Amino acid sequence: MFGLKPDWSLEVFERYFTMGDYAGGEARWCPGCGDHAVLTAAQKVLRDEQQRPEMSVCVSGIGCSSRMPHYLGTYGFHGLHGRALPVACGIKSRRPDLDVWVATGDGDCFSIGTAHWIHALRYNMDMTLMVFDNAIYGLTKAQTSPTSPQGLKTNTHPFGAILDPHNPLTVTLGVTNVSFVAQVADWNPPLLYETLKAAYRHKGTGFVRIIQRCPVYSDNFSKELQQNPDRFVLLEHQQGIPVDKSVSRQFPNRLEHDPSDLGRAFQLAADTSRLPLGLLYHNPDAQCYEDLSSQGVAMTPEQRLAGFNTVLDRITV
Amino acid sequence: MVDAATAEETAPRLRLTREHIVEIVSDSGEGAQKAGQTFGTVCARMGNGVWTVEIIPAEIQPPARSPAGASGIRIRLASHTVTNMGDEADIVVAFNEQVLYSRIVNGAYKEGTQVLLEDKWRDDKVPEIREQYAKAVAEFRENGLIVHELPIEKACLEIIPNPRRGKNMFVLGMLCRIYSRDVALAKGEIATTFKRKGEKVIDINHRLFDAGYQFAEETLALEYQVPPQPLEEREGKRFIVTNGNTALGLGVMASGMELVSMYPITPATSASHYLADVYHEVGGFVHQAEDEIAAAGFAIGSSFAGKTACTITSGPGLALKSEMLGLAVMAEVPLVVCLVQRGGPSTGLPTKVEQGDLLASLFGMPGDAPKVVIAAATIEECLHFVVMARRLAETFRTPVILLTDANLATGVQPYQRPEPSLDWLAPPIDQSDWDEHIPPYNWDSETGLSPRPVPGMSGGQYILTGLAHTNHSKVAYDSDSNQHGSNMRSRKFAALASTLKPPVVHGDEEGDLLVVGWGSTLGAIEEAVDRARAEGFKISSLHLRFILPMEPGLKAIFKRFRKIMTVEINYSDDPDAPLITEETRRYAQLAMLLRAHTLIDIDCWSVVYGHPLQPGMIKNVLIERLKELQGETSCSD
Repeated sequence: MFGLKPDWSLEVFERYFTMGDYAGGEARWCPGCGDHAVLTAAQKVLRDEQQRPEMSVCVSGIGCSSRMPHYLGTYGFHGLHGRALPVACGIKSRRPDLDVWVATGDGDCFSIGTAHWIHALRYNMDMTLMVFDNAIYGLTKAQTSPTSPQGLKTNTHPFGAILDPHNPLTVTLGVTNVSFVAQVADWNPPLLYETLKAAYRHKGTGFVRIIQRCPVYSDNFSKELQQNPDRFVLLEHQQGIPVDKSVSRQFPNRLEHDPSDLGRAFQLAADTSRLPLGLLYHNPDAQCYEDLSSQGVAMTPEQRLAGFNTVLDRITV
Repeated sequence: MVDAATAEETAPRLRLTREHIVEIVSDSGEGAQKAGQTFGTVCARMGNGVWTVEIIPAEIQPPARSPAGASGIRIRLASHTVTNMGDEADIVVAFNEQVLYSRIVNGAYKEGTQVLLEDKWRDDKVPEIREQYAKAVAEFRENGLIVHELPIEKACLEIIPNPRRGKNMFVLGMLCRIYSRDVALAKGEIATTFKRKGEKVIDINHRLFDAGYQFAEETLALEYQVPPQPLEEREGKRFIVTNGNTALGLGVMASGMELVSMYPITPATSASHYLADVYHEVGGFVHQAEDEIAAAGFAIGSSFAGKTACTITSGPGLALKSEMLGLAVMAEVPLVVCLVQRGGPSTGLPTKVEQGDLLASLFGMPGDAPKVVIAAATIEECLHFVVMARRLAETFRTPVILLTDANLATGVQPYQRPEPSLDWLAPPIDQSDWDEHIPPYNWDSETGLSPRPVPGMSGGQYILTGLAHTNHSKVAYDSDSNQHGSNMRSRKFAALASTLKPPVVHGDEEGDLLVVGWGSTLGAIEEAVDRARAEGFKISSLHLRFILPMEPGLKAIFKRFRKIMTVEINYSDDPDAPLITEETRRYAQLAMLLRAHTLIDIDCWSVVYGHPLQPGMIKNVLIERLKELQGETSCSD
């Protein structure tokens, strides 16, 4: 517990933040939407880590999930459809002191924002990347998403989605310099909380695919998973997500998986008959782009001016 | 042996002239540009006014000996400041005869232009090449060019085994002899150019230079003297010699912006090349993004976080960035966009000049998306306008589009070295507490201006959104909020306009014809106007730097002239073309704006030849239009 030191004395904070400090406007997602659970988990991580709200920025694109910044008490950037990641990376590039969260969805990240998803993973900038995957376009009212299961009836495919769903985990794991890949479901709050906390603490891009309920448009998709925990396999490991017994006993399938094993992670991700939950892959030593892009941030205006005069002198005739 | 034309034999050896235009034209990769740039720098250092412009094919290695593959450089040197590429060349060095054809089509040469032509093709082992060569030489002479067939490669072979690389320095030596350039200065420039390649390479290039110098002395009866600019015009001033893209890069550094986020696109990219080489010295970083959209998004992210950033692009890139720019307008994020225009639409003419993106800059976004649009008219302005753009962006909390073009990007000119000071630079980021009672868009209802909270400021937490919003940045779909937000975002530009001065007229304050231009055409238009005025025509010109907001007082100025017309490098219908009537005629872009702005019947002349406008060409058009005007008057009389 925070505040309590090992010697049982209480740590006194100059500023102590409560859940209220991380609350923004009242969440206006539909009742029963999985996004509420993600919001609460993220707020708890921020509170437990005592992250200064003014030093956090939550960046999002467009879609139901991308409303998240409005419900947080941090700074927020609710930008364009598919373009949360370039903005988040830009924020981090010259302000590595800021804590960055990204809220995006299956349409936002895996469809219109695909290029940025791939390249942001490669940049591996220190941020927590939450993909709310409900396998449907909710905000625009039930169009097929890249992860919609084949046969799902949508407004763009009224006779059922035509293609096999896209597997975002194998794609993510295939990107050079990827450093943290996890999967959770919104209806398991302890696992969700622990996974987001691990992603937050990881230096690099903490990619978390959150399988998420949309009770309005893709209820069948999530109901089936909720009712059949054997559709999942819980990944356990000392280096993985800490899992309480009360969580693990909900899952009949459990597997010891070393998150440093990329090859095994890929096999688990590719097996769509049993969806892995927990930490698939973790490399704490991957290069972070902000360590390069922030070169010279500490220079004073005087130093910049002197540097510029040197550059000018070199080309003065 | 050398075939010197008979006319030349009788001419005096040394000629004094106030200006001269030299071209070196070759296949790609033969170093013509390097030789020309060095020659231009030597001339600048010796006190001449200089303008150099590159002749660039669209492909990296187009087929050899093809007219479309012409690659090279033009150097205009003078005893006065030069502001444009000028008209026809006086001397051209050509490494093969085919590349000259494309220059002839472009009107680059005149009767009497001296052509120093590589002659090795005359005896080529391929019969077709021998025939092409003989035919071309005959044609050139028929058209009045004075062709000197010269064994350039043969002379170089005495020094190096492969003259394809190296003959450019031989040519530099020739030109330095023809124009009596300072040999030590030229050799110093060569040493600087090849510094990274080591002493041996420098030595070989020096030998090639010497050989070329001697060759010109022994075999060419050509000698010109272009005296330097008067000392009083140069005294006490320090100069730098750059192209417009390098000037943009220097401007970024001078502005204190720490980030340029870009995606490669011709002809903008070389600005980032230059920055990538030196930016670390001022603590900056060039981010090469995965695409144009991400480049804009990355810059906007940085700006949002308090470090105003710059993105540099060209037309197609602007199109891709337009949604991002709309977001920056809506959410009032400072951002500098340098737009180096090329020929369009679509992929268009990537390496060639056009001023076709003016309206796209102003209106190329859905909804009402006003932002500052300014245009640099000189290479020097490319530098200073970036500094101004950063300031405007932050003061007015807006994106600023700075328009330049391929002509400025590749033109090289000496100009006064800037003397930067601390107030040019962005101040350190403000992280003091924000009074939480002040909303993030605390619009001044008169000016639309508002201070901006930056992440890290305690109490300033807000959610930036691209949705319609209140002054608290709360999403709002109600009528009043949207109307008010739009009012405030527009009002800022009226506030900016109130700080601007009316533009200065070049020439008399009243007269028959006023030519209005913008961007890189400044030098050519003013030279054309000066020439026409010298012939007694009552012509003046005016050049706009601010497009949005428009510079004040235009209508009052326009009313003092009988006719107003714009001269631009973008498309407009020729009024005499088939089917073109007053109703169907499409006007040039600035003309369209000015007609709406002033309700005056403004005419225009514009072409999309892909090359910079030449002063002689402009002058002819102006005089023609003026004569039409006089004709109209006499009819109505």
